[in-house]
Amino acid sequence: MHLMYFTEQPMSAYPEAEGRAFGATALMFSNRFFDPAAGSRLYNEYLEHYRLAEAVGFDGIMLNEHHNAPFCMQAKCNVFASILAATTKRVKIVLLGNPLPLADNPVRLAEELAMIDMVSRGRLVSGFVRGGGQEQLATGVNPAFNRERFEEAHELIVKAWTQPGPFRWEGTHFQHRVVNPWAVPLQKPHPRVWIPGVLSKETIVWAAKKRYPYIALSTAIEATKKIWELYDQVAAETGYAGGPEYRGYLQRCHVAETEEKALENARQFMWMQGEFTGLAHPVWSTPSGYFSPSIRSAFVEYAVGRRSNPRGAAFEDQINSQMIVAGTPKTVIPKLRRLLEETRPSIVGFWGADGFVSSADTKTCIRLFGEEVLPALREIGKELGLWSPFEANAPVSMAFPDSATPAHERAAASHTTPLEVP
Amino acid sequence: MSTAAGSWITETIPIAGVAMRVARAGGGPPLLVLHHDIGTLDRLPFYDALARRFTVLVPSHPGYDGSQRPDWMRNVRDLAAVHQWLLGELAVARAPGTVSVVGLGFGGWIAAEMATLAPRAFRKLVLVGAMGLRPDRGVIADQALLSYIDYVRLGFTDQRAFDRLFGADPETSRLEHWDLNREMTFRIAWKPYLYNPTLPHLLGGVATPTLVVWGRDDRIVPLECGERFAKALPRARLEIVESAGHFVDMEKPDELAKLVTDFVSQGES
Repeated sequence: MHLMYFTEQPMSAYPEAEGRAFGATALMFSNRFFDPAAGSRLYNEYLEHYRLAEAVGFDGIMLNEHHNAPFCMQAKCNVFASILAATTKRVKIVLLGNPLPLADNPVRLAEELAMIDMVSRGRLVSGFVRGGGQEQLATGVNPAFNRERFEEAHELIVKAWTQPGPFRWEGTHFQHRVVNPWAVPLQKPHPRVWIPGVLSKETIVWAAKKRYPYIALSTAIEATKKIWELYDQVAAETGYAGGPEYRGYLQRCHVAETEEKALENARQFMWMQGEFTGLAHPVWSTPSGYFSPSIRSAFVEYAVGRRSNPRGAAFEDQINSQMIVAGTPKTVIPKLRRLLEETRPSIVGFWGADGFVSSADTKTCIRLFGEEVLPALREIGKELGLWSPFEANAPVSMAFPDSATPAHERAAASHTTPLEVP
Repeated sequence: MSTAAGSWITETIPIAGVAMRVARAGGGPPLLVLHHDIGTLDRLPFYDALARRFTVLVPSHPGYDGSQRPDWMRNVRDLAAVHQWLLGELAVARAPGTVSVVGLGFGGWIAAEMATLAPRAFRKLVLVGAMGLRPDRGVIADQALLSYIDYVRLGFTDQRAFDRLFGADPETSRLEHWDLNREMTFRIAWKPYLYNPTLPHLLGGVATPTLVVWGRDDRIVPLECGERFAKALPRARLEIVESAGHFVDMEKPDELAKLVTDFVSQGES
């Protein structure tokens, strides 16, 4: 298994009443409420949590980015990836990921990622995303070409990583007369690419065709099973067998010393889901052209308030459906076993805390994961045969079918001995 | 071929790789009407009023209102070129200097681009609440931040006019149309948003007599843009319609039809 630590990096230090009064806080909630002194403190706390996560035995640190919103302070995942490349020793730096359509220069992204891979001595996993709806507005990028830009930028980046320059790129959305970055990835043929997603069928199909692992972001168990059904079907059509090494999952999971404390803190997961302040504005999160034409009527109805947000289930329901898991190590382990048994992922990210959970409680959560939860999950993973792409030595992609990593790198990847707490 | 006012026919003509749809009614001198970014209803009192005096041609911009989308199209000048091409395919519009053009909002921008590309091609030009110029003081309303309904309502001063045309609570199929049209608008006019920074430099060459019409309370394109069009076009004057918003054609159809008819008919032999 590949077990990762994740946080959205919530910017919780703003006047809550102002957020509530404004409503949907993603995109247009004024940054005059952003307190950089609190921001400085929080960024450094998050760094401390990441280093602790490595020390207690997580295999990877999962990073992401969002724009114009208090639910995520990380505006550029490559910045934190760069810091972690230099300040951690062992963990994979898993970017889930860089929003490709937002890049006007994908070659620059290819360079940055190559630098991170080299500085980290080959620990980069480079996921790519389309970016959320409001992200297109926050960066002024045309939502109508979102998927085309995603696919073309991906193609250009992989080419820049794997084919010697200089070469010329005359694409539909990107034109570069000289591509010849003097920074290429340490990992060959290139760093692994994992594709996270939550809604779009097109993305699942695209990832499966490329033979990239797909990371389901906190979908309900039944929905997750449907994702794997589709993925495995496309994999079979493409000429390989799907399975755990292509399956990832992001689980909200808060662990504490007592059940009461765990539940109290887990309520904070509702913070970004709109219970405390609205997350997604129905119009801003669904710009025309961004969503699949096959679900146009559902989205236009959502945009004018005729349908509720499909992700807006109540806290108790989310506890029951295990979209949120909370408890002591003793009670969360059987719940996580159920997730592993029913959906068989080999890559699991644990989103430990959100909202106003204190730094001390977050550290307790990370420590309990390391001491009790992760070792138990590794045993379950062995029992169920949930081998990660590193353990299974899976090829990097369909384009590089013979790209399984050498044995010594596999040994390094499966190294789980806790390091000293920095 | 001429048809009686009120009797509309639609034909489909292949242009630039897509099937372009054009509705036509009436008789007399040809009058091309270019619709808004929100598309258009098939029939409007404004079109019927014009058809009493002109051969009215109302094409759907390719990619709007369910017409075939030209995937290659990237800007509003492309749209101006396909409309120019379309005119060349229509027998009624082929004789030089006979066609007049009425551009509504977004369609006004297209009409202005067409006029700069062919400064002597048209008999008369009418721009109504035209997009295409960057306002100096205000901004062009950003539909990406507004629901389909709120955006269209923003273009009306009298909300009862909206209710009469679309219903107080428009059906989902209407919203899907608006979403499709919005997507096409984004495809060709996302950045800069609904203007062309080079357009003001080219308006000076337009020899066509032009009437610029603006709703006094246009909340989508500021009135200052009307003033700038009237100033930059050598043979233009500005007419302001009171108690009207951006969609003057839907809010004050008779008043606008009279302005257009009088202006276009003026000097006819």
